[in-house]
Amino acid sequence: MVEMREAYGRALADYGAQNERVVVLDADVSASTRSRHFAQRFPQRFFNVGITEAAMVDVAAGLALAGFIPFAHTFAFLLSLRAAESVRTCVAYARTNVKLIGAYGGLSDSYDGPTHHAICDLALMRSLPNMAVVVPADAEQAVAAIPAVAEWEGPVYLRLSRAAVPSATPPGQALQIGRGQLLREGSDVLLINCGVLLSRCLQAAQELESKGISAAVLNMPTLKPLDEELILNAASRCSAVVTIEEHNIIGGLGSAVAELLGQENPLPIRRVGIRDTFAESGPYEALLDRWGMSVADIVAAAEAALAQSKKHCLR
Amino acid sequence: MHPESLLLELAEQARRLRCLALEAISRAGSGHPGGCLSAAEILAALYFHHLRLDPREPNWPERDRFILSKGHAAPLLYAALALRGFFPLEELWTLRQLGSRLQGHPDRLKVPGVEMTSGSLGHGLPVGTGLALAARLSGARYRTYVLLGDGELQAGLVWEAALIAAKYRLSNLVAIVDNNGVQLDGPVHEILPIEPLAEKWRSFGWAVQEVDGHNIRELLDALDLAANIHERPAVIIAHTIKGKGCSFMEGQAAWHGRAPTPQELACALEELGHG
Repeated sequence: MVEMREAYGRALADYGAQNERVVVLDADVSASTRSRHFAQRFPQRFFNVGITEAAMVDVAAGLALAGFIPFAHTFAFLLSLRAAESVRTCVAYARTNVKLIGAYGGLSDSYDGPTHHAICDLALMRSLPNMAVVVPADAEQAVAAIPAVAEWEGPVYLRLSRAAVPSATPPGQALQIGRGQLLREGSDVLLINCGVLLSRCLQAAQELESKGISAAVLNMPTLKPLDEELILNAASRCSAVVTIEEHNIIGGLGSAVAELLGQENPLPIRRVGIRDTFAESGPYEALLDRWGMSVADIVAAAEAALAQSKKHCLR
Repeated sequence: MHPESLLLELAEQARRLRCLALEAISRAGSGHPGGCLSAAEILAALYFHHLRLDPREPNWPERDRFILSKGHAAPLLYAALALRGFFPLEELWTLRQLGSRLQGHPDRLKVPGVEMTSGSLGHGLPVGTGLALAARLSGARYRTYVLLGDGELQAGLVWEAALIAAKYRLSNLVAIVDNNGVQLDGPVHEILPIEPLAEKWRSFGWAVQEVDGHNIRELLDALDLAANIHERPAVIIAHTIKGKGCSFMEGQAAWHGRAPTPQELACALEELGHG
């Protein structure tokens, strides 16, 4: 288990040595986001603007207008909510090459409680035209995301986690924006994951197998643009779908997949995530279990979706 | 010292800007005349004298950057850009029409010479701060100018940017406040007082000048002085009259955001000596 933020912070500093156009901003949380590693290596290219999230996003837009590639960091809830209008106007609409780095995604700042949890950031960012949304599943993928995000021409929201999450992606794989990953073949139910619940998802697939249910697993490190072709292909071989994300079930991956399948291949679908409620303070893994994102929740969702598909067949 | 001939020429450009902006708004049937008219001398001083620009090469890397933070004065900016040759003058009559490049508020992706998309208030100064930081970092010699409304100064975002620009001692950044005293709902001092303005900026670490915003000589002198301030960003508080030049609009909040009818336009152009 590697802490995602620490791996990201060190890799960003390393990437800074390769790409001189990269500049970094933080809003007084560089010790938390770990952008301080970049600050220590490249103090001239690092701007700590204090607790001014909306202004930070605009300053980043100004730096981008002049040809730099700004990575602007703060907590995911602040970036997506307090700074939302700056993001809409000066980044998405003005199509400036700003990289918004949302640290502490989902419930990962678990003990600080619902004020610090980010459960609607993906919905907000996904609904902005021109915005790409990248959600790594583990520390390795967060590291792989850095060059992909920097080299993508245009606005990107990169959602990170505070937590130490189990490694779950195949080692050594580059991250390609707009591409998903088929991690496990299966023919009954398709599990589609976005973010750090991937290891839970793979465990659920194994449990399902022990119950005689064949589960495919797709990981979507890019929520937008969504790899629709991959999803439709995998879905065409299964009878039901489950989406898994550390986010409100409204507006994130679950919605994106339901929108796609509703149009192209209506299959029974269940959405695993936070069920439109605020969570609470507590240990991270326990919070995930308590608020609907346990392995058992995924297994139960898969069984429910499959039961529904069988009902359809009997009709 | 600026020669009298230059002052006269810029006064004439300001008059033309007023006429073009008003006519564009009137033809469009919607827009914001009051805040265009108050800023005419400011834009004339910038676009016809002070800014280093090349209309044949809108993306010349060393050009000065101007951001219209009070984006509702878009027709005035469009008029200045058209008169400087960034696009044909006739295009002004497409303002706010379907398929036009001239959106209700400036869109940097559509209009040559528009440095930054604006319209939602408060963003110009922080974006300008980023541009000024970028110049510092890359050793570029361009300067960044941001025109703000006085009502806009009620937005906290502006003061966040003021703090940041002061921290980084951005002497290549100049803010200009079009202090016309009136906002959408009424007089600024009634809606939410912002005075004492000069003291506020000074206490935020900015070099402050106050000028008559309709006096071209004072504007040019202040712009020159602002370019020679070291270690601090500079602000020019330009005292102006909302609706300046059109007697029935002057000082009237009602003319913040309503287009003149053809008859009203004719009256206004008459007063401005259209021709």
